[in-house]
Amino acid sequence: MLLDIKNLQASVENKQILKGINLQVNPGEVHAIMGPNGSGKSSLASVLTGRQNYEVTGGEVSFDGRDLLDMSPEDRAREGLFLAFQYPIEIPGVSNINFLRTALNEIRAYHNEPPIEAKEFLKLTREKQKLVEFDAKLTNRSLNEGFSGGEKKRNEIFQLAMLNPKLSILDETDSGLDIDALRIVSNGVNKLRSDKNAFIVITHYQRLLEYIVPDFVHVLYDGKIVKSGTKELALELEEKGYDWIKEPVTTASV
Amino acid sequence: MPNKSDDILEEYSNKEYEFGFVTDIEMEVAPKGLSEETIHFISAKKGEPQWLLDWRLKAYQSFLKQPEPHWQNFELPKVDFQDISYYAAPKSGAKYKSLDEVDPELIATFEKLGIPLSEQKILAGVAVDAVFDSVSVATTYKETLKEHGIIFCSISEAVKEHSELVQKYLGTVVPHSDNLYAALNAAVFSDGSFVYIPKGVRCPMELSTYFRINTENTGQFERTLIIADEGSYVSYLEGCTAPKRDENQLHAAVVELIAMENAEIKYSTVQNWYPGDKEGNGGIYNFVTKRGVCRGAHAKISWTQVETGSAITWKYPSVILQGDYSTGEFYSVAVTKNKQIADTGTKMFHIGKGTKSRIISKGISAGEGQNSYRGLVQVSAKAENARNFTQCDSLLIGDRCGAHTFPYIESKNSSATIEHEATTSKIGEDQIFYLNQRGIDTEKAVALIVNGYAKEVLNQLPMEFAVEAQKLLSISLEGSVG
Repeated sequence: MLLDIKNLQASVENKQILKGINLQVNPGEVHAIMGPNGSGKSSLASVLTGRQNYEVTGGEVSFDGRDLLDMSPEDRAREGLFLAFQYPIEIPGVSNINFLRTALNEIRAYHNEPPIEAKEFLKLTREKQKLVEFDAKLTNRSLNEGFSGGEKKRNEIFQLAMLNPKLSILDETDSGLDIDALRIVSNGVNKLRSDKNAFIVITHYQRLLEYIVPDFVHVLYDGKIVKSGTKELALELEEKGYDWIKEPVTTASV
Repeated sequence: MPNKSDDILEEYSNKEYEFGFVTDIEMEVAPKGLSEETIHFISAKKGEPQWLLDWRLKAYQSFLKQPEPHWQNFELPKVDFQDISYYAAPKSGAKYKSLDEVDPELIATFEKLGIPLSEQKILAGVAVDAVFDSVSVATTYKETLKEHGIIFCSISEAVKEHSELVQKYLGTVVPHSDNLYAALNAAVFSDGSFVYIPKGVRCPMELSTYFRINTENTGQFERTLIIADEGSYVSYLEGCTAPKRDENQLHAAVVELIAMENAEIKYSTVQNWYPGDKEGNGGIYNFVTKRGVCRGAHAKISWTQVETGSAITWKYPSVILQGDYSTGEFYSVAVTKNKQIADTGTKMFHIGKGTKSRIISKGISAGEGQNSYRGLVQVSAKAENARNFTQCDSLLIGDRCGAHTFPYIESKNSSATIEHEATTSKIGEDQIFYLNQRGIDTEKAVALIVNGYAKEVLNQLPMEFAVEAQKLLSISLEGSVG
């Protein structure tokens, strides 16, 4: 098992936001997490990646057999956990390419591998740019600086392709994307899917799941997974909205 | 989860200064105190001509009349001029014929600082002059430079061997009466570098001086004079370090640059004097007067500085744009952490027509550091179509530091174009987290962000030193959130 979340509870500024999450993800799987605003979707991503100010108050998470919650954010990343940010950050003056080489080499160093050779890095960059249809011009620009919303999201997927993580969490990657960008981003993700890696796709809308077809769909509500199913559940949600799941709160797991 | 920024700031404050060692070497140190006698002593020690002694004595008179500056944005600690020794030299003799005569302990000191003096080991294509306390100990690559007619030596040597040149230009850009510390420097300067590039010569290598204060209770008062004759070019770099001491030490240097018609001088500084400990004890008072003049048409002077050291830095490398269509540039990165203070900037005096100036200042404040940009852009009535662009950015790390800007603009010509841009930003936790999430630890993340922020300035440094400066920035900000 790649990710095993058991009864995860967390709070921000003493406000309980995750109230006992259970979720298991195996290599090769794509899980969608849906739910209304404020249900805890993005908080789950933040807690898993170790964002500051999120306090874990109970439960445990093992990632590839290791205690995830015990690791620093950078070590979680080096172990192969990737978050495609809902709002990617701009860092002026730091070129996208320099940033990616630093990241890649830090990850390699963690696994006792030597820094990547310039030639090899260039080859990898070209290959992945093509794979996820990322504009080569953006590669040399400052990290996300002056990028459009769509360009930023595409850059997240490009980074994902470059760093080749075991588990990727896409946090509302579809928000703010027009239909063409959505297609490009989804194509990228689909090309990167393999039986060795896994994805957790956080989204509001069923639309994204037409492109990235999930194996499982979970509904998060009030800090808990209240319903789990297959991709048909997403369609049902699209039809009925979220109100019907709000009433009988039951614990569910896959 | 613990608050990361606090941890990091804490760690950062505890960061040791790397160059704080003391070299154990026999020194000849003048008794403390400043008087006409002191000046006679220094001048005699150096076997100077009468004109220079007279000039020093005049400077001393103007020093006595100068008021202490009062306009700065920090509390100026009282400097007791009688408690300083104004001359310290390695005992084995102030002059060395060759490197073999230099005390091995001294060579070792410079090696430790990463400045190899033995020519075979030297950085490719960089000629070095090393100044230890008051005396220049070695100048490398002299012979190669001589073939091009370039003079690069200590100023003491220049006074002896090129007296007419020194006499012609010394004090013409920074007069001995300029300000208190410039007057003090003129009265007691003990050494420094001298450069003369003949007409039409493009200096084939970077010229570089490394300054080292070693002895306790001494001040370092070096004087640098660079003359680029018509159509010549030179790129010059200075670096500086000092041992850790509990007392403050005074460093009051003067640098004068003279660029004739079509000449270009590029002057880069990587300043890493001892900044004092995290409580603000000790450290160097770096009170420096730097000024260049573009004498002829189409001349260009460019200052680049990376300031990471000193308890207090107080300097404004300036350019007098006298020649028509001449250009002045100032690129600066100043880092203050713990209780460091930097009050720095530039003055651009547009006198000739069509003169241009460009100012890029990047301040970085961490801990309780205070960083001020102070700049003057002055356009005279005759400076038709003068242009200036100023960009002045501040980056804050933590919430106890400060950034201040004092831009002054005085224009007497309506055809002038003057632009000023300013920004203030903080290294955000979200930026750090974003990089963390890609596998980059916080220290490296901060270094990446800061180097990105300072890139425009670092790009101006000669290639060999850009890497060094990048590392220095990373090291001096190690552990800080930004």
